[in-house]
Amino acid sequence: MFTRVGLVGCVRATWAWLRAASGDDAYERYRRHHGACHAAVPLMGRREFYAEEQRRKWSGVSRCC
Amino acid sequence: MLKRIAGVLLAVVGAFALGGIALHRHEPINALWLVTAAVCVYLLGYRFYAAWIATRVLKVDPTRATPAERLNNGRDFVPTHRAIVFGHHFAAIAGPGPLVGPTLAAQFGYLPGTLWILVGAVFGGCVQDMTILLLSTRRDGRSLGQMARDEFGPVGGLAALIGTLLIMVILSAVLGLVIVNVMKHSPWATSTVLATIPAAILVGLYLRIWRPGRVLEATLFGVVLILLALVGGGWIDHQPQLRGLFDYSGITLAGFIIAYGFCAAVLPVWLLLAPRDYLSTFLKLGTVILLAIAIVLTHPQIKMPALTPFVDGSGPLFGGKVFPFVFITIACGAISGFHALIASGTTPKLISSEADVRLVGYGSMALESFVAIMALIAATLLDPGVFFAINSAAGVVGATPEAAVHTISAWGFPVSVEQMRALAASMGEQTLFARTGGAPSLAVGMASIFGSTFGQGLLALWYHFAVMFEAVFLLATLDAGTRVGRFMVQDLLGRVWQPLGRTSWYPSVLLSSALIVAAWGYFLYIGVIDPNGGVNILWPLFGISNQMLAAIALSIATGIIVKSTKPRYALVTLLPLAWLAVITSTAAWQKITSPDVRIGLFAAARDLADKLAAGALPPERAAVAPQLIFNQRLDAWLAMLFTAILWFVIIDMARICLRRLRGMPLRVNSEAPYRASRLQAAAAEGPP
Repeated sequence: MFTRVGLVGCVRATWAWLRAASGDDAYERYRRHHGACHAAVPLMGRREFYAEEQRRKWSGVSRCC
Repeated sequence: MLKRIAGVLLAVVGAFALGGIALHRHEPINALWLVTAAVCVYLLGYRFYAAWIATRVLKVDPTRATPAERLNNGRDFVPTHRAIVFGHHFAAIAGPGPLVGPTLAAQFGYLPGTLWILVGAVFGGCVQDMTILLLSTRRDGRSLGQMARDEFGPVGGLAALIGTLLIMVILSAVLGLVIVNVMKHSPWATSTVLATIPAAILVGLYLRIWRPGRVLEATLFGVVLILLALVGGGWIDHQPQLRGLFDYSGITLAGFIIAYGFCAAVLPVWLLLAPRDYLSTFLKLGTVILLAIAIVLTHPQIKMPALTPFVDGSGPLFGGKVFPFVFITIACGAISGFHALIASGTTPKLISSEADVRLVGYGSMALESFVAIMALIAATLLDPGVFFAINSAAGVVGATPEAAVHTISAWGFPVSVEQMRALAASMGEQTLFARTGGAPSLAVGMASIFGSTFGQGLLALWYHFAVMFEAVFLLATLDAGTRVGRFMVQDLLGRVWQPLGRTSWYPSVLLSSALIVAAWGYFLYIGVIDPNGGVNILWPLFGISNQMLAAIALSIATGIIVKSTKPRYALVTLLPLAWLAVITSTAAWQKITSPDVRIGLFAAARDLADKLAAGALPPERAAVAPQLIFNQRLDAWLAMLFTAILWFVIIDMARICLRRLRGMPLRVNSEAPYRASRLQAAAAEGPP
């Protein structure tokens, strides 16, 4: 995703980076991973996944001084 | 070849910039010298020192599968591209520390702070972050506390836990105090910061209910909301009947913040904490980038001298000589133990190749350190007289504007009441005298940089933008600190009575949240009623505690390096550790034993007690004196406790090193066994 050239490529790569870094694409990533590895377990919906993710993220040290 | 030429070029430019700083000692220098020197130093450190440590000391092995690959669950363990891990890690370590510390340390002049930020980061902070990140990656993302337990046994682990908990308390209190000082009697700042709470809640609802998980949309929505709040605050400030509703004293604001902290700790995270965190991250990154651009475009002159007379310990912001106090005051930005908590735990679970730890660990900290340099520039480009007038408490320079300008001008930093009045008016504030804590002067500095880059007419708006930016992520850190503190309290209480350890049992949640909020709320309250500003006591205490945590992290790293490779390589972490032990112990020793009432806590308590007994205090000061006396003694005991924990861990580490050198048996290595990485082939072409 970081090897495309040209202006459009740069904009796309930046957008992809921003989505990944902010967690905007977390659900899509989860769905891909789920499809590849855990097809037997029921897939969580977007809302359920997001709630679960947030609970996990905020149960440790996540922010610094 | 090209890399080598670039390296040489970098070294020449860096040497030239540092030489420029050294030779310009008695005339004002340009901020660009500092920026250039800093960037060159970071790049050289990254290119040579970090690379050497990674290959020789840490023996980074790209063929070894990381926990993200081995334990990939698509959620917290996910092999992630290094540019994204870098973004995550930087956003997590970047807090208000590197903005406040350098501003306070500017009382010594620009040189001590700059040198410590650069040297401390390249040889200390960056090394610590990278080393802990790799060690945790090799241990399936174990936390610092778990690693302490593995290396030193349960007592060492408990020491790390208690040390961390105390840091959370001191940190939250001092951040709360900084926010109070920004909002005190400023309807614009108060109304804007208040409005960010419903804005965050709306973003929370958006993310949870309306459009689940659409983080970028929600953030954009939130940024628009808080910019509206900023403009709305300016409008309220001009409405005589409305502005009174948002004009509060420090005590009232402290009450608000304590109540808010409690609510944020017990409400579900999605409602307030998480959305505020998104907003603060975006705001911080945006503002830092804007500031960097503005500094390069305007290349302002630094007006503060290289060294001020206050290196002798008589400084108005806090008492104490440049050694050791500049090293205590600037913790984040040079070396911050707190980072070790992030570098172990969350980030290692995302690392897709061990080779990435140099960029993620060393690189993120270098960038964080650069933020500290920019804060230092923003503080030192103000007229020194103005800087001291904003940052000196009424108890130090006098309660009236006339008295304050007289005292400060007598120090050799001329400033006038009219100048301060005009400045306050242009920033849309009633007064800028005695606005301690560093945030208001940073906001003035940022507003002047932004003003001269993007238009002078909007100074007041820029000032309050800077204030809101500071407040939003001060509060985000305070919320997160309170929550983590709550978990730690529950962990400790759970050892006494098991049900109290259940993080989702509501009575336990309420009790532990109340305990942690009461703890920092107490220090916040004392800081607010202290006529010397409170920051002068709390910030050094925070610095000592943060350096103590860094020393724990470096001790763990040293112990492991000694065990697993050539012992002399351990100098890489042992030298910064030795330096931290020296400065932290010296600072704590002076805070405890100094007869100078501006430094020694017991001396200050005694002095105040004597004055109280002799009836020499005005009634309003006599009323709060007993609380201040108790607090100064408590702080002295805390400083002793921090030093005791520090030496306890160091001695434990020395014991392990000795056993290794004598060939005696050691605790088993907790490193996960080697497994070859399958991502290797894919990594060569970039991630899928």
